[in-house]
Amino acid sequence: MRRVGLGLVTIVVVSMVIFWATEILPGNAAYAILGHSATKARLHALELQMGLNKGLFSQYWTWASRLITGNPGHSLANGDTVWSVVGPRLVNSAVLVVLAGVIGTILGIILGVYAALRKDKPFDDIFSVFSLAVTSLPEFVVGIILIILFATVVSHVLPAVSILPAGSYAWSEPRELILPVATLVLVIVPYLYRMMRAATVEALESEYVEMARLKGLSERRVVFIHALPNAIAPTIQVIGLNFLYLAGGIVIVENVFNYPGIGQGLVEAVSNRDIPTIQFIVVILATFYVFMNIVTDVVALLASPRRRLPR
Amino acid sequence: MAISRTTTHDDSKVRLRRREWLHNLGRAARTPRGAVGLVMVTFVGLVAAIGPSVAPYSSTSFETVPFGQPSKSYLLGGDVLGRDVLSRVLDGGWQLLLMALAATIFGVAVGAIAGISAAYLKGAADGLIMRTVDVVLAFPQLVFALLLVSIIGPKVWIIVLAVGLSHAPQVARVLRSAALDISESDFVKVVELQGVSSTRVMTGEVLPNLVTPLMVEAGLRLTYSIVIMAGLSFLGFGIAPPAPNWGTMINENQVGLASNVWGVVAPVLLIVCLTIGTNIFTDAFTRVSLGIGRSERVDVLEAELGVEPL
Amino acid sequence: MNEIASSGLLGTTTALRLSVRDLRVSFTDDAGSDVVDEVSFDVAAGEVLGLVGESGSGKTTVALALLGHARRGLTITSGRVLIDGRDLLSVSSRELRILRGSKVAYVPQDPGSALNPTLRVGTQLEEAMKAHPGAVADIESRIDELFEQVHLPTHTGILQRYPHQLSGGQQQRVMLAMAFSCRPGLIVMDEPTTGLDVTTQRHVLDTVRNLCSTYGVAAVYVSHDLAVVSELVSSVAIMYSGRIVELGRTERVFGEPVHPYTRGLLAAVPSPDRSEVLKGIEGQPPRPGHRPKGCNFAPRCQMRVAQCVEAPPLVSVSLRDVRCWRAGETASLGTVASEAIPVRDVSGATILDVANLSANYGRNEVLHNISFRVPADSCVAVVGESGSGKTTLARTIVGLHSNSTGNIEFGGATLASGMKHRTKEELRRIQYIFQSPYNSLNPRKTVGQIISQPLEHFFDFTRAERDDRISAALRDASLSDEFIYRHPHELSGGERQRVAIARALVVDPELLVCDEITSALDVSVQAAIVELLRRLQSERQLAMIFITHNLALVRSIAQSVVVLAEGTVVESGLVEDVLERPQHAYTMRLMADIPKTLAIRS
Repeated sequence: MRRVGLGLVTIVVVSMVIFWATEILPGNAAYAILGHSATKARLHALELQMGLNKGLFSQYWTWASRLITGNPGHSLANGDTVWSVVGPRLVNSAVLVVLAGVIGTILGIILGVYAALRKDKPFDDIFSVFSLAVTSLPEFVVGIILIILFATVVSHVLPAVSILPAGSYAWSEPRELILPVATLVLVIVPYLYRMMRAATVEALESEYVEMARLKGLSERRVVFIHALPNAIAPTIQVIGLNFLYLAGGIVIVENVFNYPGIGQGLVEAVSNRDIPTIQFIVVILATFYVFMNIVTDVVALLASPRRRLPR
Repeated sequence: MAISRTTTHDDSKVRLRRREWLHNLGRAARTPRGAVGLVMVTFVGLVAAIGPSVAPYSSTSFETVPFGQPSKSYLLGGDVLGRDVLSRVLDGGWQLLLMALAATIFGVAVGAIAGISAAYLKGAADGLIMRTVDVVLAFPQLVFALLLVSIIGPKVWIIVLAVGLSHAPQVARVLRSAALDISESDFVKVVELQGVSSTRVMTGEVLPNLVTPLMVEAGLRLTYSIVIMAGLSFLGFGIAPPAPNWGTMINENQVGLASNVWGVVAPVLLIVCLTIGTNIFTDAFTRVSLGIGRSERVDVLEAELGVEPL
Repeated sequence: MNEIASSGLLGTTTALRLSVRDLRVSFTDDAGSDVVDEVSFDVAAGEVLGLVGESGSGKTTVALALLGHARRGLTITSGRVLIDGRDLLSVSSRELRILRGSKVAYVPQDPGSALNPTLRVGTQLEEAMKAHPGAVADIESRIDELFEQVHLPTHTGILQRYPHQLSGGQQQRVMLAMAFSCRPGLIVMDEPTTGLDVTTQRHVLDTVRNLCSTYGVAAVYVSHDLAVVSELVSSVAIMYSGRIVELGRTERVFGEPVHPYTRGLLAAVPSPDRSEVLKGIEGQPPRPGHRPKGCNFAPRCQMRVAQCVEAPPLVSVSLRDVRCWRAGETASLGTVASEAIPVRDVSGATILDVANLSANYGRNEVLHNISFRVPADSCVAVVGESGSGKTTLARTIVGLHSNSTGNIEFGGATLASGMKHRTKEELRRIQYIFQSPYNSLNPRKTVGQIISQPLEHFFDFTRAERDDRISAALRDASLSDEFIYRHPHELSGGERQRVAIARALVVDPELLVCDEITSALDVSVQAAIVELLRRLQSERQLAMIFITHNLALVRSIAQSVVVLAEGTVVESGLVEDVLERPQHAYTMRLMADIPKTLAIRS
């Protein structure tokens, strides 16, 4: 419960920070809308209309309260409501994150356990080096490599970039999902793999597993009933971190593939100085972060009887 | 009593402090992983450093056809605007490297000071510092840097500042937990029991033991600096064109992949070499410093996540 | 070469449950380096064999090999382990799995780590039986039976709980129940009472004895604690550096030890009945892979001769087996002689007067109204079990713990509670030595720097004067000058504690507070350190407070003793009075529960 409270405070602070920060952007919002040729009078009028002359705090209050009631304002780029611009993007990004997250988690766990069971054998060594290499690469490099391999140079199996116009939904063109999801999966699997492998190895070398073997239990029981449940607990933290990492990763990956999600939306908004959009997207991201942190902590707590039930 | 008494204690103390991690660096370089990593990094470093002086053409002049095929005079062909890819690649590294280095040093310094102070001061100051850390950590590093750069503009020092600041929270976390751990040790209590002032306890007993976690963290942060800065350039928030920059090159030449791959592949290869190299070497250094006997899980968790093993 | 007359050794003609022949375990990647070798012994049904050794002796390696198991990095290279005639080391892995648990079972040293933290206790108990279908007809009733025998309450939901919710004693009883559940013929117990308090240990030992005689089970009991072993086992094998150096019936081996190491070990064991000088064994056991050519013990042996560069075989001397060239001579030495500690007068001036001291952790009061005094040149032992508050008492006196009320007077002046309010001189005159030798020395400094640091802080000496004092302090702690440039990680536990002692003494304190400083050390090392302190304390007229849970140790170092239980002083007085004529029920129970080594010294 305390964590939720702290989380809420964090979101509020973050939103305040971002609001204040964007407001000090040189050239205020009104100017951005009207452009260079605006006369002083018109600027002033628009400012009044937008409430820009009021104090910073009251502006923040207006914005925040509207936000909570579901009205994040209007985009400065094209005049539509921010929600109509960001909404579909949000859905698309969510599709990416969920798909990549789920696939990546499953893959990471399976590979990690397999490597731990085959420790120091060829698969383990090769894959460890491979994962170390992949994990050092910037996401856009991974994306570009995939494009080169599958879309343009080496083969032409998959589309290189998305040709979906902004505002449409990802599932209308599923083939375009493959490479972005693959990129994100490649980015998060190595981390999880290493963690899972290390945790499984540690569990397998623990005294309680030794004891289980000395009791004469079958190897299958030792691995799946004794070792794995203990290996999962620390990996939950990493799984949570991976989702957070995905939230950041989509900013780059969507731009590589021209994918219509909030990552691309954010970059566009920043280029256009579209302040309300920027603010909204950032708040979404921050909320997601805080939410994931809380969920991760709670799940980790549940998985560890020692912390759940104190003596 | 055969040992000569002429060595002063202060001398050997300083010699020890400097020697220890340097010694570990050398040991790391001799392991297979370390050697490979070092070679990769040195290769890219050389390209970046010497590149500008050996580039055959100017990196901003229009030499050939856009996405022209590689030929004898233009070994890697032309880029999106017809500039010589080879020259641009040779020119486009040193800025990235220097900026990444600067950002890392800055970020690690700020983070270390924050983390160690939080551990040392405890109480309210600790709480304040760590809550700030939490807030900043609520952003993906890239988004944070992106926003800062977009607000003020893509100047070199802003980019370095932004990326550096985005490292600081994680470094603070790791060092704070390391410092707290050490502060609880008996040998620190021994000195406290003599009535030695807190500051001297910190400098004399705690700091020397923080060098290793600091180095490990610095290595990791360097890799991330490179990644994020390349990413920023890729998104268009790096140094303004037409200055050549590996990240920007990948972005601008992406459309011409079908015609001339080298505009993309060359900078990609170099970035790959650099990031993998730094990561592998840092990994080797971590293994050497933290000891081979320790569980790998503890290494991974502490070094990379700054998290207490559950 | 190693012919052991087994039935003659045991003096019985009952069937041999366990027969070990030439067991050798070595490193997996270095087969030439052995961890244990030439290990052979027998155990008959109903008998218990003690496997005694200090750290590095290889006793745990042998124990695990009895189940056909070797830890990571080790391999059982040769030998036979015959259980009821079947060689465990030559069966298939499937058969091995079947044998483990049903024919031979293991009780681990640390039950807390041996139980899976994510599974309920009941599950872990049941699976031991389910893995051997046919061994137990009705699991539920068997569990009830077992619980009764190990004195665990049956209907309090222990089965539903997770391991961390049980106490150490309960956990170990569960492990015992698990081991006996499928009625194996052989039980291997690896120091099962480590970490348990004396009374719980007494219960566990009684339970083990009963179970063994009830089921006619053969047992191997691994331990470093000679007192515990001598009470429980009928025959004993002494291990040193991977070899069995003496093997025979307990009365003979402990009563009239032949091997120099055994003699050294017995001279190091403290006795609760006599105040005698403890004799340690100088040096350390060689690590596996670094063993000397010839006899492993020769470098530390007082009776070393030229022939010892050849490894001695096991020979039968004086009704037991000994691995020593000079066994014939030492056999006539008889019991180990002991030297009594001269009685000291403790009526001198008081240097520390504790009156009505109470201490809190947060809102809990953990020390209630403690009062006692420490004479200026004598040693007061503070004895208590875990949770008694003895460490809190030490920390409060020294100033590490400041949440306290009451009066502490040192040298006539009242001490402030908490070190922040004490003067520099007060802090210098009281020195504290921590329990763990592995945590109290800065890993980044050399020994010289570590000892120099308090000198620099408290005094204004020149460098030369400091160097002199550092060498003198090291000499007092029986360390040579070559230690000055070494780092802590190059030192053994005993050496580190000596450095800690040197550091404490170099500033010329008047009161030394030692908090369980030998609990983490081997018996022979402990003896050396305790004797060192006793000597220093009487030579320098130092006052000392010696905190320990080991009542026997008290007699070899202290003149008076304070017995602490649950934060209160239950009894105090001269050591002879309190230990020989205890007044308080708690002290009486403590004395009764201590394992008594057989009358081992004259």
